[in-house]
Amino acid sequence: MDDLLREFLVESAEHLDTVDAELVRFEQDPNNQQILRNIFRLVHTIKGTCGFLGLPRLEALAHAAETLMGRFRDGYPVSGASVTLILATLDRLKAILGDLEATGAEPAGSDDDLIGALEKMASDDAPAAAAHAPAPAPAAIVLPPPVERELKPGEVSLDDLERAFMEAPGPDDFFVPEPAPQVAEEPAFEMQAEEAPEPVAPRAAAAEGGEGPIAKVQTIRVNVDTIEHLMTMVSELVLTRNQLLEIARRHEDSGYKVPLQRLSHVTAELQEGVMKTRMQPIGNAWQKLPRVVRDLSAELGKGIELVMSGAETELDRQVLDVIKDPLTHMVRNSADHGIEATNERIKAGKPARGTIRLSAYHEGGTITIEIADDGKGLDLAAIRKKAVERNFAPAAEIEKMTDAQVAKFIFHAGFSTAKAVTSVSGRGVGMDVVKTNIETIGGVVDIATELGKGTTFTIKIPLTLAIVSALIVKAGAQRYAVPQIAVLELVRVDAKGAKEGANAIERINGAPVLRLRERLLPIVTLQGLMRGQATVEEGEVVESGFVVVAQVGRQRFGVLVDEVFHTEEIVVKPMSSKLRHIPLFAGNTILGDGAVVLIVDPNGVAKLVGQSAQSGAVAESEAEEVEAGDAKATLLVFKGGAGGFKAVPLSLVTRLEEIDAAKIEWLGGRPLIQYRGRLMPLVPADPSIALRTEGSQALVVFSDGDRAMGLVVDEIVDIVEERLDIEISADRSDLIGSAVLRGRATDIINIAHFLPLAYDDWARGPRKAAVKAPSLLLVDDSAFFRDMLTPVLKAAGYSVSTASSADEALKALLSNPGIDLVVSDLDMPGRSGFDLVGAMRKAGGRLAEMPVVALTGTVGPEAIEQARKLAISDLVAKFDRSGLLAALAEIGEPGLARAA
Amino acid sequence: MQAANANAAPADTTDYVTVFVGETMFGLTIDRVHDVFVPAGITPVPLAPREIVGLLNLRGRVVTALCLRRRLSLPDRASGAAQMAIGLEQAGETFALIVDGVGEVLKLGAETHEPVPINLDPRWRDLSLGVHRLDGRLLVILDVDALLAFGDAQRDAKVA
Repeated sequence: MDDLLREFLVESAEHLDTVDAELVRFEQDPNNQQILRNIFRLVHTIKGTCGFLGLPRLEALAHAAETLMGRFRDGYPVSGASVTLILATLDRLKAILGDLEATGAEPAGSDDDLIGALEKMASDDAPAAAAHAPAPAPAAIVLPPPVERELKPGEVSLDDLERAFMEAPGPDDFFVPEPAPQVAEEPAFEMQAEEAPEPVAPRAAAAEGGEGPIAKVQTIRVNVDTIEHLMTMVSELVLTRNQLLEIARRHEDSGYKVPLQRLSHVTAELQEGVMKTRMQPIGNAWQKLPRVVRDLSAELGKGIELVMSGAETELDRQVLDVIKDPLTHMVRNSADHGIEATNERIKAGKPARGTIRLSAYHEGGTITIEIADDGKGLDLAAIRKKAVERNFAPAAEIEKMTDAQVAKFIFHAGFSTAKAVTSVSGRGVGMDVVKTNIETIGGVVDIATELGKGTTFTIKIPLTLAIVSALIVKAGAQRYAVPQIAVLELVRVDAKGAKEGANAIERINGAPVLRLRERLLPIVTLQGLMRGQATVEEGEVVESGFVVVAQVGRQRFGVLVDEVFHTEEIVVKPMSSKLRHIPLFAGNTILGDGAVVLIVDPNGVAKLVGQSAQSGAVAESEAEEVEAGDAKATLLVFKGGAGGFKAVPLSLVTRLEEIDAAKIEWLGGRPLIQYRGRLMPLVPADPSIALRTEGSQALVVFSDGDRAMGLVVDEIVDIVEERLDIEISADRSDLIGSAVLRGRATDIINIAHFLPLAYDDWARGPRKAAVKAPSLLLVDDSAFFRDMLTPVLKAAGYSVSTASSADEALKALLSNPGIDLVVSDLDMPGRSGFDLVGAMRKAGGRLAEMPVVALTGTVGPEAIEQARKLAISDLVAKFDRSGLLAALAEIGEPGLARAA
Repeated sequence: MQAANANAAPADTTDYVTVFVGETMFGLTIDRVHDVFVPAGITPVPLAPREIVGLLNLRGRVVTALCLRRRLSLPDRASGAAQMAIGLEQAGETFALIVDGVGEVLKLGAETHEPVPINLDPRWRDLSLGVHRLDGRLLVILDVDALLAFGDAQRDAKVA
């Protein structure tokens, strides 16, 4: 017997027992839709499973019973007789299951008597007629097809199957249909319900001794509570051990030590074992899906492929149990309703075989499961219509609903837009069950659908109950656990200038940010979060500690903590009901030393951070950028001159300041300010900006070496990271052009214009005036970057020429022997920077040895390797101005020597 | 004492665990009390309701510690002052009620029971089931369910 069948037997026996009990309850309380829905679902599950396991007798019986119960749901009065009949059917189901368990095959026999009675009752319109129906008049059996269903391609094969089963030699103990209980009286049902499970057990027991018994599964089912209790006990044991170890450390008596070590070892193993019992890869729940899909594909006459990824994603056993059925339902649903018939697909220009993609992964402390099909998508118009018809909500309200809201109607009980009821689905059970099951464990289901393209269901299950690896951090006096899943990296930060090369947190109008590989990361402090705010309080020290770089969905941010300890596998314990409303925590746990710590919920933090962000688009665009990688620029946007927006590449900016306007001094008609012990000239970003005389004045400080310039702006607005597309090339020297940033037309200012306004000699490289300025060739396809870097390089004392492509650069290099070194972008259309350097090295002579500094958007190991091969002096991130200058300074000496 | 009298008629008596907060003696029906222990290593929970002082580890279980003083709107005890905890259970969750001290268990009959005086502070009135007249002092019987019924109401109020 294969695993599927075995599993089916165990499950079905459980389901039938539940149905028995529920039916009796239902009879006493016929208006309880909850019970009916439950019964209906269980029978539906059995029917469905039988269908794909190829058990026609069981399927036919379950289908007939379900049809009758469907009538109850539509308001058909529930009579004792009808319940009796269904109970009789359940008994028959159990008997067949018993045989199945004993022999591995469905016993031969006919259920026409029961099916006939069930169908008769289901088709009777008058409730009165139902009263005499229970006696399943065996004489009156016509010879109807055992299954009554809509014509479907799969139908034929089922008949064949049944014939095959009929012809096959049946087991000796041929099952004789029990007569249904005669009287429709309550005690009778109750008795029956109690007796119900019995047929299974004795038969199975008998079979064990008989010939060719099927070995029982070598596993036992353990109540989750038992495991939970074990877990608690083990945690306690760990604590006790730790205490013992502590005592042993204080006493020098080595007599303890050996047994204690042993205890310690055993405890650790025990803990691991108990934890393991709780975890299972999600693949376990998927095992039967390929077969489900294959069988469905045959039955429905569609080509369907199931692609699964992330099967190794581990889930808590309990969670897995809950989502198993919904997953099967959803995959069946996708196969039946989602994927179109083959000819339709071909007509629509799609591959003939439909694809269902099932994937699972951990994301930000949740487990996400996606079921995506490339089928026809949800017909939202039809759903709207149906929702109005079924009166799920007032028509006017449905009108106003968004597509996403409308799509969710498919989770409504009793909803089905399928034109025909098939044995696979279409009865409107399933999707509501899916939702209920997922919600019981605190999960959510989302639907994304596009007509003609397909539908994707996304199930997110929180990690409650799961064991996760967490980083233990400290903020203030408290320790917290941060799930590692959300942690991208850790960065140590120190006060600026405290250490060479250390990362430092900078502030923009008080808000801390961190430059991380030339990207700005908003920083929140864990202590601030614990006050419920993402902003930093006045006077809070954010200058040193560790930044936990976290990514949730598409949002990235840094959480500043005081200390980072270690990582630990923790068991997530749910928060108390009194504390569950705090979004910051995913639960709590007990650490190895016995202390209770709170588990920070990265999603909750992201939400809090997101609330304080100006718009959701910030996160979006930032994350897009992660994928797109290079060619984006981080720009500081400010208001300057007549309310217009201006921007400057952030990499050029040294610091943002707000100064007291009263401190501005005038010397020789030029505004100056004492800044860090020196005089710094102030230059308005636009002629129309008037220096303030009182209050505070915003400045953007640019500096080079010991010189600094303050650009006077009206207001600092934002930092954006966007692909730069300079649209209008301005004919003003103070502007490079205009670009659309965040949907606003923004002028990009040309710093090269302002620097000479502050110091007449800035651009002339005064410090190196004595020496012949080394000549540098800047190669970059983007005019913007050329314009941006040229003044910087000039200011650093180089004489700069530019080239916009590798070819142009080569030409310049060959024709101009005065060039001492090359700064080249690596990512250029056509010939890349590597090609250029390669060609230089090949050209030999002067070019072969010429120092090259490469600029790149991303510094990967491959690029580094290639750069080393080509003897590139340094790889510098594209926006790392100081990095570039440092790299140039390093090679400057020999380069100069050679030039001299 | 009353306790002795009560022994004669066990059917009408109830056992109370007595606890102290300041000068007041409170009683908790013994069947609701699962544990009496010295609380240690309380982890505060940021953003939690004021009544909750934090979480603690009680033999491998995470227990929510609730301060009776704060629940009764009394000032906090001086830091470093002795405190005890009563383990209570409700709906499968364990709570630790932090009190100043724990006294003996009293067996009390209905004859000493009095309804809650109407002039009692409403915050106290809502939390008590009655008062027992003892020799020389009064015992306020606490309603455990009412004691533990704070978080939800607050949350509901927030939602509304």
